[in-house]
Amino acid sequence: MTERKVTMHIDWTRCDGRGLCVELLPELLTRDDWGYPVGRGGSEIAIPQNLEYAAQDAAALCPTQALRLHK
Amino acid sequence: MNSVFDQALWAVGRGSGVVAIVLLTLSVLLGIGGRSGRAVFGMPRFAVTLVHRNVSLFSLLFVVVHVVSLFLDPFAQLRLVDFFIPFLGAFKPFWLGLGTIAFDLLVVVTITALLRNRIGPRMFKAVHWLVYAMWPVSVLHAIGNGTNGREPWFLVLAVFCVMAVGGAIAWRLHEDFVEYRNVRRQETR
Repeated sequence: MTERKVTMHIDWTRCDGRGLCVELLPELLTRDDWGYPVGRGGSEIAIPQNLEYAAQDAAALCPTQALRLHK
Repeated sequence: MNSVFDQALWAVGRGSGVVAIVLLTLSVLLGIGGRSGRAVFGMPRFAVTLVHRNVSLFSLLFVVVHVVSLFLDPFAQLRLVDFFIPFLGAFKPFWLGLGTIAFDLLVVVTITALLRNRIGPRMFKAVHWLVYAMWPVSVLHAIGNGTNGREPWFLVLAVFCVMAVGGAIAWRLHEDFVEYRNVRRQETR
């Protein structure tokens, strides 16, 4: 098995801080004082394997399509 | 075709139209609630989005049952062209035409919503705004074209739907509609 690292990129020009991603990835994200997502790694958040499906949901459901997954 | 089957088509055609109006109303309420960015109706935000999607798809399903059953039914005198081009109907062409317009808009809004992540947020949003035209047109179609459209029970239902959506739009236009709006605005002062 090849080791692959999934990261999630937050596009701040699109993010409107609606909070769906924070609900779907509470292990990785919190909301700042203005409602925007905050995670370790700033705009590039490392996704552990057990949270890949949750990250895919977050990217698919983001109302402003501000999340992109990179493998 | 026997008359019992015709009666059934006629009943299903009218009933599914009433259900579609109720589901479209719920869908508009969930859509506006989701846009607020708040956890409305006792659901988390992602659930509001998913329930909005599912209720919308169910409303389209009931609209499809509505038009197909009335197409097969001999009373309504619906033709295939009435699905797509308004105001050509054999019976009450104006009110039927409103239904045609609402149907066409619903199809376009549904397709672009399902392709949202491919067509991009700007195109999606521009088309999705058509719902604010589609919903009132569909209510007018129900009242004007419906066999029971001007009976008290349906008018009471319609008034409830109009009040609910009207209230949601008033909330939508309020300056505190979006969550965190206050703190975000203070920062830019």
